[in-house]
This record gives sequence, C-alpha cells and structure tokens, in this order.
Amino acid sequence: MTQFIELLINGLSLGFTYALLALGFVIIFKSTRVINFAHGSVVLLGAYLIATTADDIGFGLAVLVGVLSSALLAALLYLVVLRRVKGRAADTVTIATIGVDILLATELARRIGQQVLDIGDPWRDDIIRFGTFGVPEARVAAAIIALVLLGAFMAAFKLSRWGVAMRAAAEDGEAAALMGIRLSRVAAGAWFVAGALAAVGAIFLTTFPTPGVDRTAGLVAISAFPAAILGGLDSVVGAVVGALIIGVVVTMASGYQDEFTFLGRGLGQVAPYVVMVLVLLIRPAGLFGTKELTRV
Amino acid sequence: MSERLRSLRGPGRIGWLVLAVLALIAPLFLESFWLQTGLFAMAAAIGAIGLTILTGTAGQLSLAHAFFVAVGAYGYCFFAASGDGLGVATVSGLGLPPLLALVLAVALAGLCGALFSPVSGRLRGIYLGIASIGLVFIGQHILFNATGVTGGFNGRDAEPFSVFGFSFGANEPELSIAGVPFEELERLWYLGLLLLGVAYYYGRRLMESRPGRALETVRDSEVAAAVMGVDVTRYKAAAFTISSMYAGLAGVLLALVFNRIVPESFGLALSVEFLAMIVIGGLGSIRGAVLGGIFVSMLPKLMDKYSDALPFLAQPGAGGGVEPAQAARFAFGAAIVAVLLFAPGGIGSLGRRKLRSTGADDAAPQDTTSPAPRVPARSSAFPPKETA
Repeated sequence: MTQFIELLINGLSLGFTYALLALGFVIIFKSTRVINFAHGSVVLLGAYLIATTADDIGFGLAVLVGVLSSALLAALLYLVVLRRVKGRAADTVTIATIGVDILLATELARRIGQQVLDIGDPWRDDIIRFGTFGVPEARVAAAIIALVLLGAFMAAFKLSRWGVAMRAAAEDGEAAALMGIRLSRVAAGAWFVAGALAAVGAIFLTTFPTPGVDRTAGLVAISAFPAAILGGLDSVVGAVVGALIIGVVVTMASGYQDEFTFLGRGLGQVAPYVVMVLVLLIRPAGLFGTKELTRV
Repeated sequence: MSERLRSLRGPGRIGWLVLAVLALIAPLFLESFWLQTGLFAMAAAIGAIGLTILTGTAGQLSLAHAFFVAVGAYGYCFFAASGDGLGVATVSGLGLPPLLALVLAVALAGLCGALFSPVSGRLRGIYLGIASIGLVFIGQHILFNATGVTGGFNGRDAEPFSVFGFSFGANEPELSIAGVPFEELERLWYLGLLLLGVAYYYGRRLMESRPGRALETVRDSEVAAAVMGVDVTRYKAAAFTISSMYAGLAGVLLALVFNRIVPESFGLALSVEFLAMIVIGGLGSIRGAVLGGIFVSMLPKLMDKYSDALPFLAQPGAGGGVEPAQAARFAFGAAIVAVLLFAPGGIGSLGRRKLRSTGADDAAPQDTTSPAPRVPARSSAFPPKETA
C-alpha cells in the first residue's frame, strides 16, 4: 500500500509536468490547428540554456533566460516559418514543424554531445517525508509550480482580453478577424505561452530523479503527445486530465513492472501509447475533445 | 501536343530508356559501396511510394511507417529462417522458401495495417498522425522484448534470398558477367530493381484508377466522397493497409541488404525520414516519392563517404565541427522546410509548374499523380470541411 500511494503521488507530480507540455500542444492546436512537433526541441533548448547559464548567473535568472528564450523561439517559429506555410492543409504545416524540429534537435544534440548537464536546481536530490512516504522535493516543487501556472493560465484564458481573443479566434477565425482581433498576433502569443510552459516543464523533466539534461531530453516531450490526444486536442481541461492519467500510468507501469515481467521490460515507456490507442478506439476525439460534426 | 511541351515534361521516353539501361548495367561498373547505397535507396523508395499513397493521396498523416517496415523485415526473417540457431541466441523460424516468406511478410504487414483500421478508418489527419506514433513505440517494445522471434536488442540474421535454387546470398551457382563476379549485392540489385519496378507500376496504376480517384476525393472532402458513394471508412482503412504492405516490402528488402536487423533501425526517426522523403518529393506524387526516397536515404551515406573532401565537415567521432550524419540531418530538415515554403508540390513539380504557366493545363497525363493541379477543384464544387 505504501508503495502504491508513493507511486500515486509521484505519478501525479509527473503528470503535472506533462500537463505543462500538453497544455502547450493544446494552446497551439487551438490557435493554429497545428501539432507542434518542434515542441521537444523547445523543451531541450530551455533545459540546455538553464543548465549552461545556471552556474554563472544563478538558478533564478537562468530560468528566466531559458523561459524567455524558449518562448521567443516558439513565437519566432510561428512568425517566420509556419505562418508562411499557412493557407494550405494543416497537415502540411504540421510536417513543416517536423522539419524545424530536425534542425533544432540536431543543433542542440551537437552542442550537448555526450554530456549530461546538471540543471543546477536548488532541490537537488532531497526527499520530503510525509509520515512513511518519501517524495523527491523536486517533484513536490513541480506539482506546486505547475498548479500555480495552470491556474494562472486558466484564469487568463477565461478572464483576460488575450484569453477572450484566443477563444474567439479558435471558435471562428473569420468572425474574430472581422471584430478586429489580429489573428496572427493572437497565434504568436499562443506560441509564446506554449514555449514558456515548455521551458518550465523542461526544468522538472530534468531534475531528480532523472539524471539531468542530455541530448535526448527533448524526446520526453513526445510522451506529452498521448496526454494531449487522450484529453482531446482542443480541450484545455482535457490536457491536464490526460497528463495526470499518463503521469500515473507511466509511474505505475515502471513501479510495478516486476509483477508484469511477462509484458517485457521498459513497460513505462510504452504504456502511455497503449492507453492512448485504447481511448482513441472508444472516443476518436479524446476524452474531452469536441467531436467533429459534419454539416452537409 | 507540341514538341516544345513534350520536352518540358521531364526526361521523356528516350531519357527513361537510357535510365533503365543504366540501372540494368550498373552492377558491371559500380563498386559495392554504391550498390549497397543504391539498394537502400530502392528500399526507401518502395516505402515512400506506400506512404505517399496514404498521406499524399488519401490525406492520412501516418508516422507508423517504421513499424510496418519492421513487420516486413522481421516477418521475412521469421518465415524464412530455418531456426537452427546459427545466431548468438536461438530465434525461431518456419524455414519456408524465401520467395514465399517475402509474400507472407508483405501480407503480414498488410494484416497489421488492417488490424489498425478501427483507428485508422475513424481518425482524421493529425489525430491519426499521433495515434500512429503509438504503433512505433509499441512495436519497438515488442521488438526488444519478444526475444524468441526478434532476437531482442541484438536482432536476428536475415536468411539470404533464393528462387528455385538460385541463391542471392551465397555464390552458388557461381556467376560472372563481363568479367565482373556477381555476388550478393549484384544479385540483390536486380531483385531490388524488380521490386521497385513492380511497386512503382502498381502505385501509378492505383493512382490513375477509380479507387485512386476515390482516395483523392476522400482527402479533399470526406462529405463529397460519401455523397458520391465512396465508403469513406473502408477506403481510409484500405489505403492504410496498402501503404503498410508497401512498407512491409521495403522492410524485406532492407533485411536482405542489411543481412542482420536490429530493433533500433525501426524507431520514430525512420518514420520521420519517410515523411521527409514524400514531402521533399511532393505529396501524392509517386515519382516524387522515388526521388525523395533516393535523396533522403543516400544523403547521409554520401556525406559520410566524402566527409574528408567537404571542408565544412568534421571526421566522424572527432568532435568539434559538424559531423557528416548531422550535416545530412541539417540538410533534410532544411529541405523539408524549404520545399513546404517555396515548392509545395515537391522537387518533382518544379519543372511541371513551368508547364502550367504556359496555359497547357491538361497537357501532361503525369499530372494525375500531383496534388497541385487538383487545388482549383477543391475550392469550387465542394469546399473542404475545415474545422478551423
């Protein structure tokens, strides 16, 4: 039982980290109808910048640098490259993000090489004890910071002018444009926010218990795909719920893998995809996604 | 059609003939590096044709191609291997004749594609793209863990191909033409050409046929397709199945050229490479898929071979500078973006666009394979169902 509750807590905190990435996918999808395959590279850029600058300017400033750079990069990606592919099928733009991802990931992997960089976070490998359960401090911090950010985003999305503009643009782009909403500015803002969230997620994907920033850190972002799809690509709530489910599933599958040896080793990596495919079989638009209606 | 227009249409009949003859006599003068690279390119081209039918013609984004390539490769090894445990670990096999094993492997890949049809038939575009990533990861998990069939991390050997006692692997019967000994690569070269030829011919015929046009309609508007009496779900599932069979065939050829297959070759990176091939070649164009397949698969090998001659490249493993494999990745990442920004029809369409600007819209029969000329039709009768 102790193990179960420990795993559950760890899973939920991992889920909150995934939620930051999944939310990025959803914001970008809602505003531009594109799946951003370059998200992993944005995550890696954030982690790389924070890890390389933390020693000189301190962790706090390094986070600021990393988050702003990732956010700017994402916004620039949209403004410089993807906006120009606009007007054709959304799939084509999605493929363009794959091209961008190859470029960025190759360059970052080249710089990182074989090193495993320490992100320089203040939590180190400390463990907080709640009675009999032990949870890494970094994971607790991840959950708290993610909750604050998610809450702030939800509030901004519901209440601020930017949130209203974004929802209007997602609902009916043409009508929103006629009401004086600048679609490209709203979209660039969405990419900016997604990039910032990705960099924050990057911190907690590379703190204890993971070894640190290596060239494959961006691949973890791919695990957020099932989270976003599971919840429904156009649902903000869905992203969070999907991410929590995936986080718990990953942690449980790795924690209990000794009891599932007949399913093979490395179950934690493949479990999210199994869950995703199963959910899609029953609900093709995800748990909270809008079903696509066809009017004739 | 005037001679001037005909000359704009690419190599023309004589050009193709020269190309075919060159391909046929290539083993006489090419060294083994080029033969092997060429064979990889052929396998890539076959797989790319399959993906362009699915993604370009039927409009279904798939990143699962690597999975089906793996099914073909491992399927062939399983069906053909005699299972006497020559490798490091004992892996099981059925010991069937290689030709039968090839057919069965392709069928198995198709079956896997068909089994995925409850998902592939219902999901659209991007949702399918991501759901299909799941297949790659699940496939990798199986390849690493089902050690009895796949050999696990270390992979397994591929049985050499043979037809009616003529072996493509060993030198029996011994053969040499014009003083050139015909060994494994030379023999496989002709098998590759034959398979590529069949794949190309079948792909072209499919695109120009009734089902091919039905798939294009499904891509442009599912509502319009349904109204015209096309069973959308069935056609989408069928496209997925056919595309998987192409991938399976590519996998068999890869296994034969590699001699030994390991799970790592069939990861998400391979799927992305296939996507790069069809985008660079132009979505929906069979000829473009072949060109893209050759380009993407040969680029890293060429960069590697000529790394000391290219000033901007570092030696592999030397550290500092750009390594050849990385340079190749830069090149095809940039190629994807550049093609999508500046030549959306792919490199195959660059010559053709000139033709259309002269006003001869329906001049070239090849145009049926290109998505570009279809665009006007999209915006006229049936507006595509945009969710945005």
